[in-house]
Amino acid sequence: MQKVLLGVEAIAQGAIDGGMSGVYAYPGTPSTEITEYIQHSKYAKEKKIHSQWSANEKTAMEAALGMAYAGKRAMTCMKHVGLNVAADNFMNAAVTGVNGGMLVTVADDPSMHSSQNEQDSRYYGRFAQIPILEPSNQQEAYDMAYYGFQLSEQFGVPVMLRVTTRMAHSRAIVNLKETLPENEIKLPTNPSQFVLLPVNARKQYKKLLASQVNFEKASDESSFNQYFDGKDKSIGVIACGIAYNYLMEHFPEGCPFPVVKVSQYPLPRKKITRLSEETESILVLEEGYPIFEELLKGYLEKEKVKGRLDGTLPRDGELNPDLVAKALKLPVKYGLDIPKEVSNRPPALCVGCGHHDVYRALNEAVATFGEGRVFSDIGCYTLGALEPYRAINTCVDMGASITMAKGAADAGLVPALAVIGDSTFTHSGITGLIDAVAEKSPITIIISDNESTSMTGGQESAAKGIIEKVCLAVGVEAEHLHVINPVKKNHDEMVTLIKTELAYQGVSVIVPRRICVQKNRRDIKIRKAQVE
Amino acid sequence: MKTDIILAGVGGQGILSIASAIGVAALKKGLHVKQSETHGMSQRGGAVISHLRISDKPIFSDLIAEGNADLILSVEPMEAMRYLPYLSETGYIVTNTAPFINIPEYPAMKTIMGELNKNPRLVAIDADNTATELGSKLSSNMVMLGAASPFLNHIAAEDLEQGIIELFSRKGEDVVNVNLAALRAGKEFAANAIK
Ligand SMILES: Cc1ncc(C[n+]2csc(CCOP(=O)(O)OP(=O)(O)O)c2C)c(N)n1
Ligand code: SF4
Repeated sequence: MQKVLLGVEAIAQGAIDGGMSGVYAYPGTPSTEITEYIQHSKYAKEKKIHSQWSANEKTAMEAALGMAYAGKRAMTCMKHVGLNVAADNFMNAAVTGVNGGMLVTVADDPSMHSSQNEQDSRYYGRFAQIPILEPSNQQEAYDMAYYGFQLSEQFGVPVMLRVTTRMAHSRAIVNLKETLPENEIKLPTNPSQFVLLPVNARKQYKKLLASQVNFEKASDESSFNQYFDGKDKSIGVIACGIAYNYLMEHFPEGCPFPVVKVSQYPLPRKKITRLSEETESILVLEEGYPIFEELLKGYLEKEKVKGRLDGTLPRDGELNPDLVAKALKLPVKYGLDIPKEVSNRPPALCVGCGHHDVYRALNEAVATFGEGRVFSDIGCYTLGALEPYRAINTCVDMGASITMAKGAADAGLVPALAVIGDSTFTHSGITGLIDAVAEKSPITIIISDNESTSMTGGQESAAKGIIEKVCLAVGVEAEHLHVINPVKKNHDEMVTLIKTELAYQGVSVIVPRRICVQKNRRDIKIRKAQVE
Repeated sequence: MKTDIILAGVGGQGILSIASAIGVAALKKGLHVKQSETHGMSQRGGAVISHLRISDKPIFSDLIAEGNADLILSVEPMEAMRYLPYLSETGYIVTNTAPFINIPEYPAMKTIMGELNKNPRLVAIDADNTATELGSKLSSNMVMLGAASPFLNHIAAEDLEQGIIELFSRKGEDVVNVNLAALRAGKEFAANAIK
């Protein structure tokens, strides 16, 4: 059977067909649609394949490891920065190894289309010393999710599946394979495998190290990696992941230079060695950081290696056919210039969004205290940093609003405020709140609750119905916990409330609560469809 | 034979249904298709672009190279200009003339049309108006698809009609018919414009 699928959808379908029993994820562009596809799959529903959202990437990865402990196949998905959150489990899961197959699917965002940075997850894969798969097209994305579980079970370690924005969000025709059955429950044969006490951990780690040669051998034998000979030996090209397409776009009839297509890591040593022996110099095309370029070049630069480090390609940002053409000194075409009248369309909060009302009140309430004391977080409400509000001073990583406000208050910046979304609060805000309560830090926290994870498309929020309970449970005083409906007619009340709490020398939490306009619209549509 | 299309517009204007209709039609003909699109921020009102590539041979790159697009199909006039670097020397611009104004410094329409008219291969249609006259402003994107149909090489208008029927059949006969009418109106306009 054939289907037209986005790269991320191909991964989802490949995992379902590959016998997966559960996906565990927290939303994040460009990875979100993997889990959504599985949530909407009829087959997955019938088979009760787990697909409910997790509170954050760490809880997601740990649950996936638990499923793999029990012998079943599990996938965890996240955007690149999500792997920072899950890194503790990730690094240690490489040491415990797995029992059932485990895929760690990470979507990177070079050029930062919708992210805070463009970190390259292949570094993490290398750091954990596990095999990495990186598709060059949608068919490979499907095949890799499908075979990834088998690879993971063959070597007994988690396998990373890494994509970038373009691969994630581009569609093509994909040929599907037969659906494999799920694994039966089966406990690990070695009872101490998952008990990482030093005595066991040392053994497990040595096992991981001993496996490295096998991972390398598998890369050399993998059909995802290919050596294509070429007549012109002046340069050899190592094309990683999607960069292979940008290269071949210029040579549909075959590349004149020898090419190693790399879609499975560690690097296929034999193929790379041959390329180095047979060509005068090497060009490395990587969609991300120049990780393998740096490795091949070496500190002493004894190899002639070109790429992002010597300026042959830009040091940052995503690749495209034009950049690859320039790197190979091929003729490039230029279109017309963009007329100077064309202006940007910056993203803006939707009309009617409750975050508007929150920022209007907030700006009025803090006006007397002066600038620079509002610590915020990641979500739709981050747009409060732009015109017309310019209301927030930070956006760093999920959960950092409360903790940074605390640190600043400790430094003497009193009062300090935090503005955080409901989903971000349950993702990583609660632990910071515990710290603040423990020290009675003079901070006012605004949890702008739109009952939705909106920035990524309106997924269900784990915070729904529990915010007040959580706050009280960790010790926020009832007199300093308030819920208010952020609408125009409550503006004055909200301003007064914020001002009053700013005067309190301890932790206050204000929860303006009104459902996201878009989420509400979608929910109504879904309910209507269900009635019909 | 290969057709490279840049689809442009503002978030929420429905360029992805245009891409889907072309995609469905191309698949039916056994052609290769690649289509990359902008996701991300869920708020409306940002510029969106989709690279749509159709060929009778396998397609490598998900992105179109600069100066290579055979067609810029834009559902918004200022957005048509944003992607001019992609247009090939022989490429066409097919654009809606109804502006989507959600920023303070939106240029004057006269300026925009002046810039666009510098290109000899231009089809500019008020698709919002055409669609409204047909009784469904929402079908404006199908008017645009119709206006682009003469430039789609491998794909005939009949194939697109099949694509539309497939895409909208869930929504009932009336929706299918108004979209088909929109497609035909756009096609007729373009045929006259390039005569
Ligand atoms: C570690 C990490 N995971 C995921 C994301 C992607 N992400 C950015 S904002 C957001 C949702 C925020 O939801 P919420 O806090 O409820 O705010 P809203 O967008 O609804 O206003 C997500 C999932 C991220 N930037 N970092
Ligand atoms: S998607 Fe929802 S939360 Fe985001 S700006 Fe729009 S209304 Fe506000």
